[in-house]
Amino acid sequence: MSSNKKKREIKGLTRNQIAWRAAQDVTDGSYVNLGIGMPTLIADYVNPEKEIIYHSENGLLGMGPAPSSQNEDPDLINAGKLYVTLKAGGAYFDTSTSFCMMRGGHLTSVFMGAFQVSESGYLANWSTDDGILIPSVGGSMDLAIGTKDVRILMNHVTNEGKARIVRECTYPLTAKSVVSRIYTDLAIIDVTERGLMVCEIVDGLDFDELQGLTDATLSLANNWSILKIPEI
Amino acid sequence: MIDKRKKSIEESLDGLLKDGVTLLIGGFGDSGAPFELMQGVLTAGFRDLTIVSNNAGTGDRGIAALLEAGLVKKVICSYPRSSGAYVIERMYKEGAVELEVVPQGTLVERIRCGGAGLGGFYTPTGIGTPMAEGKEVKIIKGREYILEEALFGDIALIKAAVADRWGNLLYTKASRNFGPVMATSASRTIVQVCKTVELGCLNPEAIVTPGIFVDQIVEVRADNEF
Repeated sequence: MSSNKKKREIKGLTRNQIAWRAAQDVTDGSYVNLGIGMPTLIADYVNPEKEIIYHSENGLLGMGPAPSSQNEDPDLINAGKLYVTLKAGGAYFDTSTSFCMMRGGHLTSVFMGAFQVSESGYLANWSTDDGILIPSVGGSMDLAIGTKDVRILMNHVTNEGKARIVRECTYPLTAKSVVSRIYTDLAIIDVTERGLMVCEIVDGLDFDELQGLTDATLSLANNWSILKIPEI
Repeated sequence: MIDKRKKSIEESLDGLLKDGVTLLIGGFGDSGAPFELMQGVLTAGFRDLTIVSNNAGTGDRGIAALLEAGLVKKVICSYPRSSGAYVIERMYKEGAVELEVVPQGTLVERIRCGGAGLGGFYTPTGIGTPMAEGKEVKIIKGREYILEEALFGDIALIKAAVADRWGNLLYTKASRNFGPVMATSASRTIVQVCKTVELGCLNPEAIVTPGIFVDQIVEVRADNEF
């Protein structure tokens, strides 16, 4: 009775594929901050013909890729404390100036991870409030409130299968009504005034199945398409 | 003659530390962290310290060593989580240390206000979050802001690359992070540097921290020559 189609495994995107998809949306000439973890991978997949100036909260503009192991410098790291380089034209500055850029709205876009995003674009990504994971806010609240364009990369559900895209965040908030687009292993979803609009879905997953994995109410955009990613 | 140079870590800290002081400690992770000065604080052994820093130490050195030795009453920081941050993680779970987590931009601006003679500032960061609890919220031109108060230290410990005897400072790459702001906001600012040079050797147009904010300098030969 149940067809093969019902039993099939949906192949979600890998972390690198989510990063690849987000990289397609990085605009030429923009000032971009990439959060710790999956968002950091985005820089590897941005078309090199685009000129992007990457910001790191510890005081860098014009950040470049990781150096070779013999050129690692403990005073040249990114926000995730990984070794990086500085491109020609790059600059160093103190934390106060760095957060002037972030909170003051000078960056074009930020790509961050999250625990939860609500249907109103509320963001929770710093604390699980459970006494287990030590709460750590870093620059996330300043980035979220200050940056014009806040984009989130995360798996669609938790390791336990619970929805991360929710009606209301249950974890402590990072900021209210800030998220513009969500990239998950299953879909691309825009946060709009009319609610959450699904723009792209991975091949083989239908809208109702996606809704079943989502606590918040989704709508399918008129011009939605299949989320196509190269094998990487 | 003004000469802020001290011969040793011990001499640079002499008579300044006591139980219950608040230390502003520079650094983002290990970058810019004044490990030799922190070792001096550990050796001195004073207790009930409040530590203000971006992170809360990793491994067994720096802030982690001060925590492990039981010298710290409270940590005010933005990001204690880190690979290797097992000391703060354990002490937080055990309730063995008080932890105040502050958004990084709010942390640095509170310190900046302390150094600039301001009582505080209104920030949009933290609106609608636990950070706003118990704080004045003010609407300015239609947008909500939280009042955050200035943060001042008894002693600032920072690391720079080069100093002259007046205390003018240059830093290496991204190691400056909190250093220039913390230098302004403590009763005493102590700087460990990799090298000292004669007056006039530093380009006045390139000096990052003017010497007025610096009280003592101690030269510590770094393993990474800048």
